[in-house]
Amino acid sequence: MAKSIDEYLRTQFMPHIWCPGCGHGIVLNALLRAVARLDLPKDQVCVVSGIGCASRAPGYLDFNTLHTTHGRAIAFATGIKLANPDLHVIVVTGDGDGAAIGGNHLIHAARRNMGVTTVMFNNSIYGMTNGQYSPLTPSGMFAATAPYGNVERNFDMCELVRASGANYVARATVAQARQLSTYIERAIENPGFAFVEAVGSCPTYFGRRNKLGSSLQMLETLKKNSVTAAAAAKLDPAELRGKIIIGEFYRGDAPGYIELYDGVIERAKEAAGK
Amino acid sequence: MAGKCDVRARLLQGNESCAEAALLAGVRFFAGYPITPSSEIAEILSARLPQLGGKFIQMEDEIASMAAVIGASLAGMKAMTATSGPGFSLKQENLGFASFTEVPCVIVNVQRTGPSTGLPTSPGQGDLMQARWGTHGDHPVVALYPSSVAETFDLTVKAVNIAETLRVPVILLMDEVVAHMRERVIVPCADEIEIAWRPRPTVAPSDYLPYDAGPDGVPAMADFGTGYRWHVTGLYHDITGFPTSAPAKVDHLVRRLEGKIANHRRDITFTWDEHMDDAKVAVVACGIVARSARRAVRLARGKGIAAGVFQPKTIWPFPYEQIAEIAARVDRIIVPEMNMGQLIGEVQRAACGKCEVIGHFRVDGEPITPEEILARLEEV
Ligand SMILES: Cc1ncc(C[n+]2csc(CCOP(=O)(O)OP(=O)(O)O)c2C)c(N)n1
Repeated sequence: MAKSIDEYLRTQFMPHIWCPGCGHGIVLNALLRAVARLDLPKDQVCVVSGIGCASRAPGYLDFNTLHTTHGRAIAFATGIKLANPDLHVIVVTGDGDGAAIGGNHLIHAARRNMGVTTVMFNNSIYGMTNGQYSPLTPSGMFAATAPYGNVERNFDMCELVRASGANYVARATVAQARQLSTYIERAIENPGFAFVEAVGSCPTYFGRRNKLGSSLQMLETLKKNSVTAAAAAKLDPAELRGKIIIGEFYRGDAPGYIELYDGVIERAKEAAGK
Repeated sequence: MAGKCDVRARLLQGNESCAEAALLAGVRFFAGYPITPSSEIAEILSARLPQLGGKFIQMEDEIASMAAVIGASLAGMKAMTATSGPGFSLKQENLGFASFTEVPCVIVNVQRTGPSTGLPTSPGQGDLMQARWGTHGDHPVVALYPSSVAETFDLTVKAVNIAETLRVPVILLMDEVVAHMRERVIVPCADEIEIAWRPRPTVAPSDYLPYDAGPDGVPAMADFGTGYRWHVTGLYHDITGFPTSAPAKVDHLVRRLEGKIANHRRDITFTWDEHMDDAKVAVVACGIVARSARRAVRLARGKGIAAGVFQPKTIWPFPYEQIAEIAARVDRIIVPEMNMGQLIGEVQRAACGKCEVIGHFRVDGEPITPEEILARLEEV
């Protein structure tokens, strides 16, 4: 039987900073259940984050934890993984943290197939700074800095990360918590770079401003709008508007940077010996 | 490095000297982004690190390089990066993080003429203040500044050791001229030099307080993955490492960080001087300009001018006491530098009106020559 997730929490710091109804707790729960099922030793887990509400998660986790600068978590994680490849390095990031200021680090870690698992807590908004739009705020929605509606288009993070070369790419919403947890589990197990987008909700800033109802209603909307990748393939673009495509988009086993660099070390030692 | 000691004279380029010294001092991780005039350091380490089982990675930019260096250091490797002005600006964000979270690392900045892209890649000394105050907030840094290829070797080893023992980012400021010059270096063997490591916890993981420092102000540091599960954050934190906004704890942290450098000031202040005993006029200069100053002073002595030269090899913390002592016994201090006057501000602060302080600034991308300095000495 899997362990209780309480074992992984620094419960002395509860209550956490997240607002009532925030989806981040569900994502964190899914992450910890994945760690519990995999039965990873706590000393061998390292959770790294940037800045934002989502990025506050590591402070509550009884692992090796690192709360870095805005958007840079994946770059810090890269150094950790290279220095100690035995660690399971997991990055926790928000949609602003990981897709805006940290977007470049994300695509390059995917391109390198760096042995890091990244879980993006996508609440469609900059939560910590009170609701400005992010690169994942859908077009037309309102935000503190989009008072007339957001005219920017949002990224499809899974397509972006897949195209960049990651070995594992999946998406689920907080309305499918079990599925989300399964994806995170597979992401951790998968060698190379693994990415899971967890679509959640920010009732306080995104929900209120866009009149999306209570946090429960927002959850129901996420559930209603979710379509599986298989079902989405049969829909035309008009039918897909406003839908969230969930599922595992890619599972590969291309060699990761860490393994490839072991080869570099071998060749370098050989060259030095000559 | 087991086996017989192979101390030997080698003809090294400045950047090469830096790379070799870093390896000798135990650096096993490098992350960087190419920029002239520092790139040889990355190129050499890309070849040499994996030979020693170390890791090299070329990151997507300097922000990421600095982040990766900090990550590697937290996981237990001695880590460094190298760059030039434009990249040094980008490193400032995470340099502040390293300073605040007390993660040992070395940042080499081979200066070029700025601002912006400036003159790629002519020498300039415009980053003295950026090295001190480039990142936001009050924070400690240590910066060393070699004037020759041999000094580069020595100060690189010292930079790694200081970073480790004081848990502080150490900046090695270099001049393009020194970085690209080839000179003779007596390369020591590993057992001839002192090699320091960060203080390690001596308590059990359950009793570990990651930011609980003893009287010297430097807390013990556990590597990630060794059973000490601690939290690192760029937020104000108390001795447990977890965030706090309690005014007394916030105040305590800023002051401890400043204090840990001040406490060790004597151990980390390196200077060089010549003909200072009876000098009436002193030249204070750093980096390659100190070499010109040395020559100028020797020429001046030949002409009967009571000149002397003082070179701060440690730029930060600045050797205020030594300069104050000099100011009290000379008539004037001449400060030649390849910028519009950065070193001179600190010299004036130290001299505090006790003698005349005259600047000589050159900002055309050419090094200051001994003749220029000699002319200023002859003006007296
Ligand atoms: C360099 C820098 N720029 C801006 C900020 C301000 N800031 C803090 S959190 C944040 C956005 C966080 O949004 P997101 O990543 O979506 O996470 P959330 O808070 O929604 O979980 C911003 C812009 C900062 N801390 N650092």
